[in-house]
Amino acid sequence: PRPAPRADETLAQIPPPRPPMAAAASTMLESLPAPLLRALRLKTKQQELLLRVSALALIYVLAFAVRLFSVLRYESMIHEFDPYFNYRTTLYLTEHGYSEFWNWFDHESWYPLGRVVGGTLFPGLMVTAALLHRLLRALSLAVHIREVCVLTAPFFAANTTLVAYAFGREIWDSGAGLVAAALIAVCPGYISRSVAGSYDNEGVAIFALLLTFYLFVRAVNTGSLAWSLAAAFGYFYMVSAWGGYVFIINLLPLYVLVLLVTGRYSQRLYVAYNCTYVLGMLLGMQIRFVGFQHVQSGEHMAAMGVFFLLQVFFFLDWVKYMLNDVKLFKSFLRITLTCVISVGTLALGIGTASGYISPWTGRFYSLLDPTYAKDHIPIIASVSEHQPTAWSSFMFDFHILLFLFPAGLYFCFKRLSDATIFIVMYGLTSMYFAGVMVRLILVAAPAVCLISAIAVSATIKNLTTLIRSKSKSPQTTGKTTGSKAAAKGAVDQPLPFQHNVAVALLLGAFYLLSRYAIHCTWVTSEAYSSPSIVLSARGHNGGRVIFDDYREAYYWLRQNTPTDAKIMSWWDYGYQITAMGNRTVIVDNNTWNNTHIATVGRAMSSYEDEAYEIMQSLDVNYVLVVFGGVTGYSSDDINKFLWMVRIGGGVFPVIKEPDYLVNGEYRVDKGASPKMLNCLMYKLCYYRFGELTTEYGKPPGYDRVRGVEIGNKDIKLEYLEEAFTTSNWIVRIYKVKPPKNRS
Amino acid sequence: SKRSLNFVSSIGVTVFTKRVENAGSEPVSKVLLAFPNIQAKNLAAIRAFGTEGKVKGLSSVLPIEVVEPSGVPPELTFFSASLHKPLQKGKILHLDVLTVFTHFLQPFPEEITQADSQLVVFQDSSHYLSPYPVKVQTLSIRLPGGRVESYTKYGNTKLVDSELKYGPYEDVPPFSYNPIIVHFENNNPFAVAKELIREIEISHWGNVQITEHYNIVHGGARLKGEFSRLDYQSRPYARGVSSFRHLIARLPARAHSIYYRDEIGNISTSHLWSDSKKTQLEIEPRFPLFGGWQTTFTIGYGLPLQDFVFSADGKRFLNITFGSPMEEILIEKLIVKVVLPEGSKDIDVSAPFPTNQWQEVKYSHLDIAGRPVLVLEKPDVIPEHNLHFQVYYKFNNISLLIEPMMLITGFFLLFVACIAYMHTDMSISKNSPSYLAKLQWDEVQATVQQIQGIFHQCLAVHDKLETSLHDLSRTGDAKSCKAARKAADAQFKELAKELKPLLLSVQSSPQSYQIWPKLDDLVAKERELQDKLMARHATVVDSVEKKQRGQDIENRISSQQQKIAALRQEVESLLEYLSEI
Repeated sequence: PRPAPRADETLAQIPPPRPPMAAAASTMLESLPAPLLRALRLKTKQQELLLRVSALALIYVLAFAVRLFSVLRYESMIHEFDPYFNYRTTLYLTEHGYSEFWNWFDHESWYPLGRVVGGTLFPGLMVTAALLHRLLRALSLAVHIREVCVLTAPFFAANTTLVAYAFGREIWDSGAGLVAAALIAVCPGYISRSVAGSYDNEGVAIFALLLTFYLFVRAVNTGSLAWSLAAAFGYFYMVSAWGGYVFIINLLPLYVLVLLVTGRYSQRLYVAYNCTYVLGMLLGMQIRFVGFQHVQSGEHMAAMGVFFLLQVFFFLDWVKYMLNDVKLFKSFLRITLTCVISVGTLALGIGTASGYISPWTGRFYSLLDPTYAKDHIPIIASVSEHQPTAWSSFMFDFHILLFLFPAGLYFCFKRLSDATIFIVMYGLTSMYFAGVMVRLILVAAPAVCLISAIAVSATIKNLTTLIRSKSKSPQTTGKTTGSKAAAKGAVDQPLPFQHNVAVALLLGAFYLLSRYAIHCTWVTSEAYSSPSIVLSARGHNGGRVIFDDYREAYYWLRQNTPTDAKIMSWWDYGYQITAMGNRTVIVDNNTWNNTHIATVGRAMSSYEDEAYEIMQSLDVNYVLVVFGGVTGYSSDDINKFLWMVRIGGGVFPVIKEPDYLVNGEYRVDKGASPKMLNCLMYKLCYYRFGELTTEYGKPPGYDRVRGVEIGNKDIKLEYLEEAFTTSNWIVRIYKVKPPKNRS
Repeated sequence: SKRSLNFVSSIGVTVFTKRVENAGSEPVSKVLLAFPNIQAKNLAAIRAFGTEGKVKGLSSVLPIEVVEPSGVPPELTFFSASLHKPLQKGKILHLDVLTVFTHFLQPFPEEITQADSQLVVFQDSSHYLSPYPVKVQTLSIRLPGGRVESYTKYGNTKLVDSELKYGPYEDVPPFSYNPIIVHFENNNPFAVAKELIREIEISHWGNVQITEHYNIVHGGARLKGEFSRLDYQSRPYARGVSSFRHLIARLPARAHSIYYRDEIGNISTSHLWSDSKKTQLEIEPRFPLFGGWQTTFTIGYGLPLQDFVFSADGKRFLNITFGSPMEEILIEKLIVKVVLPEGSKDIDVSAPFPTNQWQEVKYSHLDIAGRPVLVLEKPDVIPEHNLHFQVYYKFNNISLLIEPMMLITGFFLLFVACIAYMHTDMSISKNSPSYLAKLQWDEVQATVQQIQGIFHQCLAVHDKLETSLHDLSRTGDAKSCKAARKAADAQFKELAKELKPLLLSVQSSPQSYQIWPKLDDLVAKERELQDKLMARHATVVDSVEKKQRGQDIENRISSQQQKIAALRQEVESLLEYLSEI
């Protein structure tokens, strides 16, 4: 029944009664015991925690899942080149145990030199995978070590998101941490090296790198010994995992130096750096491959210099406090500084001159001077991942982060603290290195994600506070028309359309972020998830055609050659041949001996009879070349051939690059130079290719990669014979004939 | 006696048909069969079927064993087929003997080039090597077709199409041997599995998983010289005729989850056809197999449990074929491993031929005791051995639940451990200042929660007052409204009494310096709010009693109303702030 009109008028301002349902519910709730009610109701803080934890859990799963494209599309297999070596060593580790692994002399590579594997690799990755494998076994899960290896990189990428979250929280706030975790989970620059099957050092190293940085920043922020110790152990893990630890050991002192210069020196910094450096150095020495480099190599001297500088700084501080006299202190300062600098320079000079301190390595030089490698070390310059980065690949790998990065820097500078200075320095230095070498985009990726996350988080937070204050104020003004509220509104007069603009900007930000997510997924599925062992192409009818030639050839080697056969090939395929073909190779991807590689390069670029002598001296039984002329596979040996000539010529001056070029042009058709047309590589690639019609309407012997008809169709082999050619001709294996009997 | 040899495949199959007459006086219960040692060594299977009487009728399988009769040359191996009932004097027995020899054909020349056809040579006797005198005998050899390079010519030798006939020869004395050599083209795949390990894993969740590891060699003439892909691609039948590039496996019907891989990964060259009777899998090794080349691979498939595992007499038994599903393959060493579910007992096997047997234990996912594995090993297995065998075992269905229960318990314990960790105090020093501060802070938080509860009760009382006012507007019953006010007043007092000690305890705690001002503010605001509410309530009730007009009442209370709303909002926001601590 409607209430009486009078009463209705009277009590117009009194809120209407609640609907009966709600009232019933509320009475029911009230009838519950109060503690239970309190227990059931989540506090705002708990709600936030729940939201945060579930978001993190989702990000964790996402980071893992997005890296599984390659497993779904191909199979659970190891990718690329280096991972095959890592897989092989891990297999050895699980089968023979740690001490055997540590003392392993591998006679299957670098014949006849061999390789001391235990002393020439970073064991972090293998030990990690072996431990994971053992853990799973202990949980009575009978998984194969291959599956563990394939999934190690995604697993560590997922862990990296957690570290990114913690790091973001340390330098900004938990919102930024959450955004950083989400950004890094799908950042293509990181995914490119951490998809399932990409079982490489970088997979765990980025996790270790970020962890070390996080722990160090945490140590600097708290000044606690415990965190410094943790940072030292993080550094130890990094040293055991990847040669990129040199970046840490140079960035930390640089950071300390910047803090000193900007007058931000504190006891916290002193504790953090000293503890981390001393312990990290001692721990790092335990890795055989690194050994005493921390005290002997030029690349590590900066850290030691800053270590001593900190002591001097601390000492001077103390003296200043004790003296309590500006004039006296100034003269003391002058004397001490002169002494310290001269002693330091002297020590460095003597160390370098006596050879105790080794000079910088070529790779380090090429980082500081991008043109260095091209002029001096062709073997470094020849590696595709050592090329300077193109703008397009920056865009490809970072997408919107590239624009958010400067914005994040702005926010960092606006709120300078020890932590933000660190992330700014990390971002700027790693960006520089990313520009020098393609592969170092990987190192820059976490920094870019963190700094962009600060930009995103700060912007969104500002926008939402605008929107919330705007949406709250009409409510309050509607309810209270008191003078107090009105005065408040007058003071905080909003800009025109502030609310709408904020909403539009927020939507724009979400649009950008969603584009980022879409781009990342697309890049991952299209570009970074192919194993490069199995090639795939679109057939005429749109179906997928698989070229499994590499494995065909390697498996043929494994099954149908004598177990002690020595295979000569360009170094790219060395790891794969030893891992999949289980045969001895002359050179492999370790590239530690330039002369040996140059010898192979020389053999490939010589005439057959000269090459035969070289092959005989190296006991070569089979020669393997990769040839894409039939399928149009462009990264084949003919396209890599000039590097073989250059590297060979770098050691053996008989090989001259101009001999293989015609007017500075590299060609394989009739106009090619006679040396080119008759060198071993040319002969092996094009042997009997002149009889094959590759494309309709083209003459026989039409090379589909170079797009020309080859120049030498009548190739006769005298000292070698074709032993196996894969079904698409991608891999060709030749047998070296034994020497002829004397007649 | 008639003898026919079949070389259409790469494995030699011989069938004898004999008419045996007991010419002696005693009844005979055994018939001896003789083979030269050189052949007997490669004898993979021998089977005899006998029918008594003149008319060929239903034949029965005769048991065969190796015997060593006295006074015979040591170069011969003897088998004896025991008859079901002794053959009486003058009676006639039809005896069919099937023998399968491996390595019967020798490639000659031993090495050929890619373009050559494979030639094989075969040696035997044109006379059946019989310990008994033979009245009439013939030998026919079926060749696979194609070129016949040469054959030993005696009288009565004919080559018609691809069949070579010797005989008939009459009245041949015992142990007569008349060597013949046949040299002919045979390009059949000489697929030899050096070793095949078949693992049959039974899961009572409904699957029989079969995994077969092959190591296959082309057992024919070895390839010499080059292998040219160009020739192989352009003229596969002329260049590469001796090689084979695929193998066909006939899997049981309803085989599922079939895979084909090797040590370095999946092999993508395979085709599968299936219908209701069988599943046919055609696999191509990674490369064509020429003479002497080998490859290894693994195929695996799942089969529905109910098709292969049955139960009888309180026992379960697996009934599945022994050999390989591959066609035309000779297996030099076959190891069959039957992996029974964890907890199986009383394992027993019945196989149609002798095998080496032993037991192993296999550990798979979540196993504690391990699964019992029954291993059967047999050399020289040919398609004729592809017979069913049975493995009997006892298995309790309850054991199925062990592993899920283990998982459930594991996760449960994990969560319990997490909860326990969250609720236990792990700090080492119990009297450090930070620890004490933490304890005090916890106490303050608990008290603040209690205080919040009280304030929420206050707010509920406020609501009750409002409701009573509303009721008043509807019913005009001022008395009950007054009663409500009185009750509310009493409640307020009670709550205030409750609140006092709590507030005191918070105030006294050193950790409350942050929240105390807010709390103080809250208490003051709430008191003010209570006063205002009471005052308004009184005004309204009073006005209603005085029968004033609604408009007037509204005017009188409007200022109060605004203040109340503002206060209420402030109280609520303060409460929210407190709950966020």
